[in-house]
Amino acid sequence: MKNIKQSLAVSLWFIFLTFPLMVVKVNTSDQLVQWRWMNILWIGLATFVLSFVWRYALARKEARQMAAQSGQDEQDKPSRIQALLEDQSLRYKAMIALLIFALAFPWVFDTYQSTIMISALIYVVLGLGLNITVGLAGLLDLGYVAFFAVGAYSYALLNHHFGLGFWTILPVGGILSCLFGVILGFPILRLRGDYLAIVTLGFGMIIKVVLENWSDFSFGPSGIANIDKPGLFGLKMDIAASTTYIYYIMIGLVVLTIIVTARLKNSRIGRAWIALREDEIACVAMGIDMARTKLSAYALGAFWAGMVGVMFAAKTTFINPASFTFMESAIILSIVVLGGMGSILGVILGAMILILLPEYLRAFSEYRMIIFGAAMVVMMIFRPQGIISNVRQKYEFKGLKEKSENV
Amino acid sequence: MEYFIELFLGGLTRGSIYALIALGYTMVYGIIQLINFAHGEIYMIGAFVAYIVCGVLTIYGFHGVSILIIAGLLAIVYSCAYGYTLEKVAYRPLRNAPRLSPLISAIGMSIFLQNYVLLAQTPDFLPFPALIPDFEFMEPIAHIIGSPELVILVTTLVTMIMLTVLIKYTKIGKAMRATQQDMSMARLVGINVDRVISTTFVIGSALAAIGGVLVASYIGQVNFYIGFIAGVKAFTAAVLGGIGSVPGAVLGGLVLGLTESFAAGYISSDYEDVFAFGLLVLILILRPSGILGRATKQKV
Repeated sequence: MKNIKQSLAVSLWFIFLTFPLMVVKVNTSDQLVQWRWMNILWIGLATFVLSFVWRYALARKEARQMAAQSGQDEQDKPSRIQALLEDQSLRYKAMIALLIFALAFPWVFDTYQSTIMISALIYVVLGLGLNITVGLAGLLDLGYVAFFAVGAYSYALLNHHFGLGFWTILPVGGILSCLFGVILGFPILRLRGDYLAIVTLGFGMIIKVVLENWSDFSFGPSGIANIDKPGLFGLKMDIAASTTYIYYIMIGLVVLTIIVTARLKNSRIGRAWIALREDEIACVAMGIDMARTKLSAYALGAFWAGMVGVMFAAKTTFINPASFTFMESAIILSIVVLGGMGSILGVILGAMILILLPEYLRAFSEYRMIIFGAAMVVMMIFRPQGIISNVRQKYEFKGLKEKSENV
Repeated sequence: MEYFIELFLGGLTRGSIYALIALGYTMVYGIIQLINFAHGEIYMIGAFVAYIVCGVLTIYGFHGVSILIIAGLLAIVYSCAYGYTLEKVAYRPLRNAPRLSPLISAIGMSIFLQNYVLLAQTPDFLPFPALIPDFEFMEPIAHIIGSPELVILVTTLVTMIMLTVLIKYTKIGKAMRATQQDMSMARLVGINVDRVISTTFVIGSALAAIGGVLVASYIGQVNFYIGFIAGVKAFTAAVLGGIGSVPGAVLGGLVLGLTESFAAGYISSDYEDVFAFGLLVLILILRPSGILGRATKQKV
């Protein structure tokens, strides 16, 4: 009874809250007011139900926290998914199956599907790159798309002016982005995390403003067209063939990214990143060079964005500043957050879900961003570790127990 | 010289709007060390509510100043309600979470609110009626400073004075300062910290709504996206002045407004935003604690 009363109050409050925006619609030029009374009903019902769910979920979360505090360490018990993930033989089998599926994809499905898959793969690489900065090193970067833009524009411009090919620019674009990361990162990495967020956000916007206004350099808002597609020893390819070709390059890039980030994660510098994320002061006290470690995370994250930016320009053959808005940065960030910060598999899954779902559910594409936003909030409150949580490496000392049983 | 004065007053007007929004950032940051990313959206919602109320009232035959007052008040009420709900839904459950979590939640909320207004209303720019009348006594100096600018400057000044009185001399102001200094200690001496935080959000939202109504009627347009840019600029102003410091936010807002105005007037108006962020980066490198902020040492 008390719950129902509470939910009723919540839904009344939200009806009041959403009244002017959801119900009234004014058309000042025709002097018309449109009253959409039905919306009240929907809002009321939805919030009534949601408030129950919300309260239940909050109570469960609290119960779990209490249990964790009182010593019943639930986190030690790996969940069923995690147990599956850690099973080595299964893991290899799954990986091989996935690779075969990925390689066969363009032959099974048509060109349109391949094109969609390429853009999803682009986001996979972007997500994995941002995962280094945000997930591992804990540096919130809100202007990540700027590095993507640097890569795309370096290919477009160098190709336009000097006719340089895709394969030459691929590493160059990455390195240029990397340089931008270092130049930008150098003065601001001493700052606390939230300042960094706002400066990177500002940087992302500056890049866009510059690209739009500096017409002599970047051809302004109209962008650059007729960028060369990647070549294969001078072979002429039709659209379908070159899509397939780009798809395979993309698969190669994704595999390379996965291998490199997985190796990085458990390397000396990867451990340093994670340590820095957890506690800066303790980390510096242990003798980790903070500036260098942060800078390397930042630069490496930027590197992948630059590479995949080159890829993007080669795929679309046309770029303009409108492709590099804050919304893109927000989408990449939500991929990392929803997938699971620090977890490679999580990020891949997150990218696939977030890019492919709206693609196939066209009817809901308007609601895409509002769902992303809501999902980010809900995720942070109820499952901050993401869809697939990052498995912490643990060392267990098994020897003692066995010995004591023997004795 | 006249051009200079014009730019100066224009910058002052712009800066005082930034200051109004920046106060919301700075107050919230001072208490819970969170960049309330959705603050710009609260400002946008204030402007939108004012737009809708104005539209309805005009169509039903109201006139002049009464519209301005009703629309302004309703905008403030709704912004406060949104600010309060925002804190309760998105930030309160994360009070003890790691620092990155509430920040991401705030970004999510900002995206959510933007798209909520986009879907509930329209993606287009809407014409906002000029609510502020032209005063007759302004006639002789109208070519330097118009009536809307004067109204903005006076309103901002009055609001600032009221805020200062509230923080310095009232009980809730005292509680806010106490919470800012040490949250757990404030709780120990019997301050309801949750309520103080809610109040802070409500006050910040009210200031943002005032800014929203003023700016919308000054520029003459509203759109679901106006909150984002304004929010980032206002945050820049807050950092410039030293985040957490109330007079700092005002000073930062004015400095930012003047910089933008002069840079746009004398150099190029295309790169207005670049100057603002350039200033921010410069300040963060040279003086990370801001103009009026105190450098704090991190303690273990």
